[in-house]
Amino acid sequence: MRNLFLNPVLNKEFKLRFRSFKSFLGLSFYLLALSIIIIGFIYIQTQNSPMGLFRPEQSKSMFMLLSFIQMGLILFITPGLTAGIISGEREKQTLNILLTTNQSSTSIILGKLISSVSFLLLMIIASMPIYSIVFLFGGISPGQVGTILGYYIFTILVFGSIGIFFSTLVRRTIIAMVSTYGVTLFLTAGTAFLFAVTMSVNQMGITSNNPIPYFFVMLNPIMILFGFLEPDAFRELSSQTGMGIDFPLWAANLISYTIIFLIMIVISIRKLRPNMKVKSKG
Amino acid sequence: MIEIIDLTKRYGKFTALDSLNLKIEKGSVFGFVGQNGAGKSTTFSILATLLSPSSGTAYINGYNISKEPKAVRSQIGYMPDFFGVYDQLKADEYLNFYGASYGISQSERKKLIPQLLELVNLTHKQDSYVDVLSRGMKQRLCLARSLIHDPEVLILDEPASGLDPRARVEMREILKELKNMGKTILISSHILPELAEMCDVIGIIDQGKLVAEGSVAEIQKRLQGEKLIIAKLYRELDKAVNFFEDQPLVSQLVRKDDGESLQFMFNGTIEEQVQLLKAALSHDIPIVSFSEIETNLEDVFMEITKGVELS
Repeated sequence: MRNLFLNPVLNKEFKLRFRSFKSFLGLSFYLLALSIIIIGFIYIQTQNSPMGLFRPEQSKSMFMLLSFIQMGLILFITPGLTAGIISGEREKQTLNILLTTNQSSTSIILGKLISSVSFLLLMIIASMPIYSIVFLFGGISPGQVGTILGYYIFTILVFGSIGIFFSTLVRRTIIAMVSTYGVTLFLTAGTAFLFAVTMSVNQMGITSNNPIPYFFVMLNPIMILFGFLEPDAFRELSSQTGMGIDFPLWAANLISYTIIFLIMIVISIRKLRPNMKVKSKG
Repeated sequence: MIEIIDLTKRYGKFTALDSLNLKIEKGSVFGFVGQNGAGKSTTFSILATLLSPSSGTAYINGYNISKEPKAVRSQIGYMPDFFGVYDQLKADEYLNFYGASYGISQSERKKLIPQLLELVNLTHKQDSYVDVLSRGMKQRLCLARSLIHDPEVLILDEPASGLDPRARVEMREILKELKNMGKTILISSHILPELAEMCDVIGIIDQGKLVAEGSVAEIQKRLQGEKLIIAKLYRELDKAVNFFEDQPLVSQLVRKDDGESLQFMFNGTIEEQVQLLKAALSHDIPIVSFSEIETNLEDVFMEITKGVELS
């Protein structure tokens, strides 16, 4: 872990990303937009309330809205940030030099992954004080906010690892980016659609005890986020889709995403440098 | 020391490098000359552990590139023919980053970087952003980068390509200094005279094969058996062509554009050359002048890469 934070790639990328005025400006605009949404939400709710009050359940709805916006942002930005980090170096002709240094492939890949998602992490963490407004009105516990933050970081790393995987394997950034967005779309919209289809098949009684909908929910980060925000409603969904699987969906999601993350990272590390062993005798 | 044994690289049916064998002694400067696409960069990429060979192997200071690539990387300083730089990094930060990548401590880097910048005459540019430096300066900075971990072997792929004459001279001076420091240098170019001055040994590669190897003088000597001769005539050009074509020691006969001269390769001794001239005159061929053209390094290179197998 110490080596990771003494990683030259990480240090260099931090320097490059955070020294520019554009980064500061981007962060400022993001926080401003989030503040406008919150103030606007509170204003509309108090205007529509006969007593001019902002109730805890409204505070919870606001928190849910913000949480889904942030998750949408993560799923939209992470592939863009990570799918070009290795292929981009290759295109800029800086990768070869980096690969002839003593840095291990693990250090390069992890340094690149963390540095590329660091700005997004900063945006999410910087938005936490704004999120904390909900504590003024109740409806959400600090534990739930912490869980959501943790799940954001986890999701960023998993989808970031998919980006770095394509970036390492595919030579062209544009193709790596399209592939990463494709997988992201499948894991969000694709799994939601397939969940709906398999659920309707279950409800029509064509199959019984079919656990397939469970697996589609398990892979969908937006539905898992919904589970963290509305645990009761999610338990109900879990019992309907589980069809005999008595295992929490959030835990299944964490396990499956951890496996995806590890596979993506290990392949990226192995494929970064060529295997110098002679494959065939000429 | 670099030892290359039967190194071959194939891309499908195309052979980019064909059983290359080479031994470069410690402290010597080896110039690798060849046209574009001859196999120089492929060889360098394999030695730099960036490309796996199809067969064969190589050793750098005793480390096998296939079995000990990590150890090889610590022995070499590699400068590719084309390279990019990171935007928004200053020259000293650029060197600092690579120094850290080689595991050099911060205190050591602080001492090393000014020395390296001085070596490549870039001290005055240490606070300049790398992407705004001129091409020559970037090349020199990249050379400094390749030296940061004090490697014993330098693999420099066309370090002077694309430079203006002044920058070329500057680069050559730096390389001479590195040679004096006792580094083993493998350097490539597609221009033979550029390397001749600083290299102890030159290897000429053509279509993936090493076609000649030796000192510049040796390579020139090998070709001296074949002399390039030009004969200027006063009329009767066709008669002269017929005469010279019939001579067994004459080859590659060419009519010059001026319409009054012939050029040909003569593979014989000085006595045989005298006999040829005598025979031509006795056949009433009106020769005005008959002289040997001195072959320069470019001619040697052109001659060798035409397909003459010398080694």
